[in-house]
Amino acid sequence: MLTHLRPALLLLALLSLLTGAIYPLSVTVLSQALAPAQSQGSLIRVNGTVVGSALLGQAFTAPGYLHPRPSAGDYATLPSAASNLAPTNAALLNAVAARVAAWQAETGTTPPIDAVTTSGSGLDPDVSPDTALAQADRIARARGVSADAVAQIIAAHRKGPWLGLFGQARVNVLETNLALDAALPPGPAAPKP
Amino acid sequence: MQTLLVDLVYLAVLTLLAVPLGHYMHRVYEGELPRGARVLRPVEHWLCRAGGPGTLKPQGWQAYALAMLAFNAAGFVLLYAILRLQAVLPMNPGQIAPLSPALAFNTAISFVTNTNWQAYSGEAQLSPFSQMMGLTVQNFLSAGTGMAVAVAVVRGLTGPKSQTIGNFWVDLIRSVLYILLPMSVVFAVFLAWQGIPQTFGPAVTATTLEGARQAIPVGPVAGQIAIKMLGTNGGGYYGVNAAHPFENPTIMADMVQTLSILLIPAAFCVTFGKMARDMRQGRAIFIAMLVMFVAGLAVIQWQEAAGNPLLHLAGANMEGKEQRFGPALSGLWAAATTVASNGSVNAMHDSFMPLSGLVMLVNMEVGEVIFGGVGAGLYGILLYVVLAVFLAGLMVGRTPEYLGRKIERREVTLAVIAFLAMALGILVAGAVVATLPAGQAAVSNPGPHGLSQILYAYSSFTGNNGSAFAGFNAADPLQAILGGVIMMLGRFAMILPLLALAGSMARKVPASATAGSFPTHGPLFVTLLVGTVILLGALTFFPALALGPVAEQVGLVAGQSY
Repeated sequence: MLTHLRPALLLLALLSLLTGAIYPLSVTVLSQALAPAQSQGSLIRVNGTVVGSALLGQAFTAPGYLHPRPSAGDYATLPSAASNLAPTNAALLNAVAARVAAWQAETGTTPPIDAVTTSGSGLDPDVSPDTALAQADRIARARGVSADAVAQIIAAHRKGPWLGLFGQARVNVLETNLALDAALPPGPAAPKP
Repeated sequence: MQTLLVDLVYLAVLTLLAVPLGHYMHRVYEGELPRGARVLRPVEHWLCRAGGPGTLKPQGWQAYALAMLAFNAAGFVLLYAILRLQAVLPMNPGQIAPLSPALAFNTAISFVTNTNWQAYSGEAQLSPFSQMMGLTVQNFLSAGTGMAVAVAVVRGLTGPKSQTIGNFWVDLIRSVLYILLPMSVVFAVFLAWQGIPQTFGPAVTATTLEGARQAIPVGPVAGQIAIKMLGTNGGGYYGVNAAHPFENPTIMADMVQTLSILLIPAAFCVTFGKMARDMRQGRAIFIAMLVMFVAGLAVIQWQEAAGNPLLHLAGANMEGKEQRFGPALSGLWAAATTVASNGSVNAMHDSFMPLSGLVMLVNMEVGEVIFGGVGAGLYGILLYVVLAVFLAGLMVGRTPEYLGRKIERREVTLAVIAFLAMALGILVAGAVVATLPAGQAAVSNPGPHGLSQILYAYSSFTGNNGSAFAGFNAADPLQAILGGVIMMLGRFAMILPLLALAGSMARKVPASATAGSFPTHGPLFVTLLVGTVILLGALTFFPALALGPVAEQVGLVAGQSY
């Protein structure tokens, strides 16, 4: 064992330097050079203020904004959380039933599945196109514009599956809300930025 | 239909990439570097010289095993120290406190054994220094250890008669330097381009359009994610792992990461065929793995797309899944990560349907041999190969042989010891925990799913997988310490008998095949191998599975919730 100790310690030290310092440093230099915006976290700035990341979901509650999916951690980021509820757990069934009731009270329709379930990250930046379009009436009312104008903005932010094959269609909530603010007057119910 | 196409494209690309990579890996381990890799040769020589004379001589299996153990022990001590001292070490802008002793023990064992179970939540509990110099380092080194052991085992089975099976230090250095490191650099930059942060800058606080504040947890993430995926490690930068948009920003990144889970394990089948100087041997193992993978994948994707009948809503089972991935890509990742001892998740396994959970449990419980961990999958399946050949020998009444070498009492004993270690870790430790109050308190879901959570945790520990039914509280001291011990058992009670087996096979004179030899490359052998894996796995674990996911499914069909 002792004869192996010297190579074990020396190689651990050297390989630690190689993989724990040189590797991340060179990856940082390369990434910052080739993809500066993404490696900083895909931050979105409005008038110089960071309003979020294009990748991370945020809680939106004002009626004039598109609302995201429910989140088990309420869109906290340190740390973010999933429900981890089993499909047979009554707590899941009750939570979903309450969200379905709230959705029906507001829209009078049956909710798309993503609108009443929580994501794995607790930070899902997207909703399904159906979930987004179903909110157009509420957003339009709050902003005092036509539902068509809102639906057009939502449709413009719809992304299909990658290469038409992989994954699902979706609408990014934050980007859509930024577009809503840019194109439409804020309603009286929408809080000041 | 769309899902089927996704899977076909995935498997086709996986196979197309695995073949050249497997050839390249073979050249690396033989020391015949392709031209592009030769620029790194001075680094290899420098590392070997620094390691001293022990890094040059061929080793018998005992010396190989001792070197591996010494290296892993040193790695454990270093990582434990870093996690305990992170408050006083540099690069801790968030002023994060040290991990508790039990949690540091669990995490250090977890990363050294290539398990990468996350009892911690990285963005809240670990400093960037701990993530880099601690976790990233062991992501490389534990993967390198598994790859080195696999190569040594294959040498024992396929080389000329010899007292030695190679040199651990050389195999380790080559695995890290020529395979893991270059692939990780390219992959990390790709992931950063897709949106994974890679910065040492301070955390950013955003002010949302509604005036709320949101901390945006950036860091040197992309580099760690690249090796986490390629090295079948799976421990994420963030608590929710690859479900987190910063670990898995786009659908493209998701698909490439899913490929990277199985890439090196699949390539090892090719490397094996090259080392055996008979590509058919590697192909047979690859096909056996593929068959088992696809069978499980189909069940998971079917179940998740069908949705949860208890919700009385149309649509897939979207609880715990991201909108952009949906049931097909979440199911594909879940199947890949549980067969491959990767253990990263892009959707929460706890919320998958019971039959999907059953498949994931079986994938782990057969010992992470369906592609499996980098290196670990190959030496794991070779254990089943030895048992399958032995069973075939019993059936026809001949001394079993594999690749021209006789399999005798010693080899079968060693293979059975390794197999029993898995049952010990999953069933015995799982049963003990299920009876303890602290074990029951760790469970978060009521009904049969609670037992599934315990079973999943101990299958994941033993198989060195690292994924979880994450509602299970693995951070309490009992789970942290027992879990750590079981991870060591699952890793080393597998490696040591297999190295011994390789040493004993290496000492035999290989005979050339005769008309009486049982061919180990045709469809008959593939069937026999799959049968052995399923039969041993099913018989050993079915009673426990019947009480967990099977009972939950029966309840679900009857409309029962808990």
